[in-house]
Amino acid sequence: MLTFTGVLDAAGTGVIWGEAQKAAGSGAVVLELSALEGCDTTGAVLLAQLAARPGSSVQGARPQVQALMDRVGKIGPPPPPPVAPTVTLREALQGGMVAALGGVAFLGEAVLALLRLPARARQFRFSDLLRTADQAGVRAVPLTVLLGTLMGLILAFQSLVPMRRFGADLFVANLVAISLIRELGPLLAAVILAGRTGSAFAAEIGTMKVSQEIDALTTMGIDPVTMLVLPRMLAAMMVMPALTVILEMAGLLGMTLVMVGAGYPPITIGNQVAQWVKPEDFFGGIAKAVVFGAVVAGIGCRAGLATGIGPRAVGLSATAAVVGGIVATIVLDGLFAVLFYRLGW
Amino acid sequence: MAERAAAVEIEGVAQAFGGRVIFRDVSATILRGEVFVILGGSGCGKSTLLRQIIGLLAPSEGHVRVLGQDMYADRGDVLTRIGVMFQAGALFGSMTLLENVMLPLQVYTDLPPEACARVAQVKLGLVGLGDFGRAMPAEISGGMAKRAAIARALALDPPLLFLDEPSAGLDPVTSAGLDQLILDLRRDLGTTFVVVTHELASILAIADRCLMLDRAAKGVIAEGDPRKLREERVHPTVRAFFHREMPKEAGAA
Repeated sequence: MLTFTGVLDAAGTGVIWGEAQKAAGSGAVVLELSALEGCDTTGAVLLAQLAARPGSSVQGARPQVQALMDRVGKIGPPPPPPVAPTVTLREALQGGMVAALGGVAFLGEAVLALLRLPARARQFRFSDLLRTADQAGVRAVPLTVLLGTLMGLILAFQSLVPMRRFGADLFVANLVAISLIRELGPLLAAVILAGRTGSAFAAEIGTMKVSQEIDALTTMGIDPVTMLVLPRMLAAMMVMPALTVILEMAGLLGMTLVMVGAGYPPITIGNQVAQWVKPEDFFGGIAKAVVFGAVVAGIGCRAGLATGIGPRAVGLSATAAVVGGIVATIVLDGLFAVLFYRLGW
Repeated sequence: MAERAAAVEIEGVAQAFGGRVIFRDVSATILRGEVFVILGGSGCGKSTLLRQIIGLLAPSEGHVRVLGQDMYADRGDVLTRIGVMFQAGALFGSMTLLENVMLPLQVYTDLPPEACARVAQVKLGLVGLGDFGRAMPAEISGGMAKRAAIARALALDPPLLFLDEPSAGLDPVTSAGLDQLILDLRRDLGTTFVVVTHELASILAIADRCLMLDRAAKGVIAEGDPRKLREERVHPTVRAFFHREMPKEAGAA
């Protein structure tokens, strides 16, 4: 026999749950409830569970307690916890391919929207383009200068030590300048864009999707790609060359600081850079920057438009935008390297 | 009725945002075991007053005591003894309905996990969602989300429940089901309800007493049994509200 006294509320039930189950053992039990003044639904769950054992009985329960026990006793057990679905490697690869093809299709859709722009000029918001250019470009300048300077400093310092052993320390200026202007400038600017702006595009458009603003645009006959995606992509393509040049200049400044510290006058460093960096290096980097801007912004916007349901989906979209933007940039950089090699640049 | 202990005491509260006064000098005492409705037209400050009572918005003036505790001085453990259902449900989107209801039990009781799940299932069953424990909030309708939010608010069997617009946007049948649920819980568990709503049918079905706020008056214009307020020739806005008619000033315009 198990005797309950006092009031059985949620906190008290939590304390005695294990002991009550243990004391009741595995067989039938008699519940003596005449001294039980009351209970809430949590207490009633415990009592109902004990009373439901075969052969068990209840004595002296007050009507309110009995009514609650009867009520909770009619409710079935909780569902088993969900099992995470397993995905084979093949399915994962197929999913990745489909996502990549979807990205290409989206870029195609954006190009089509651009071609149709003259007919849909009223749907294009120039103010959005300027606002995005301000957020993605002007406001990114301090971070770009900081990262560029540090990158130049680090590259120069790390190269200076081993090259000095061969008496080639003056060529550190050439190495850093060519690395920055051909590769690292556009690449790092794209990483900054993906981290700062691509994720913001995904979160902003994703929130609009969750709150049905995209549906509202569609039902008004307004193309979301023209109104939301094109201004962002064009703004990113506009600001990326500027960010790239700023990053490269900052990097060269950082390198110059190290070289001056190593005893070389700035004019010598300037001559080295001017002799070795060709116009095609600079313009090749700028061309890459424009393409990276379009791709990073496009991936961010696509992640936003593909947002699912619920607040978690917005976070997932922002993550997809950053990861997708960085991966796509590096893959494209590899393709550009092959292309420039073929062109003899 | 006057002998019953007070569940909520509101003393001369006011709220202003910048220089804009929403309401001033609002006082009321909500007794244990009653269903108390805060009503009024859109923009009169119903939800603002509720946010003050539940501790989310400190009043510009006045005091709020809930279950004997001052909400802005020394709350003690009062937050474990109240439950709140927000207007849109505010269910956690990354959790199933069962996990949403289990959360307070896991945090505030010593119940083992299987007991938490069982109790949470009972709460979902009480609001008619026994078959939806594994559903995600995004997969259910607005009415179901409101009922799930009530189940979560009920998780710890609090003696005091606050419901913000429980019937808003629901069909009449679902709305009537929610009203019946409130009355059942009050009868079975003695729960005190503070309900913010402007749904006339719900007010008349569930309220023991009500407090009516008015945007023009910036405060309380009526308090008492809504059925009596409907019959009495009182403030023109109160009459217009209960008889679903245009106020004289607006009608004349």
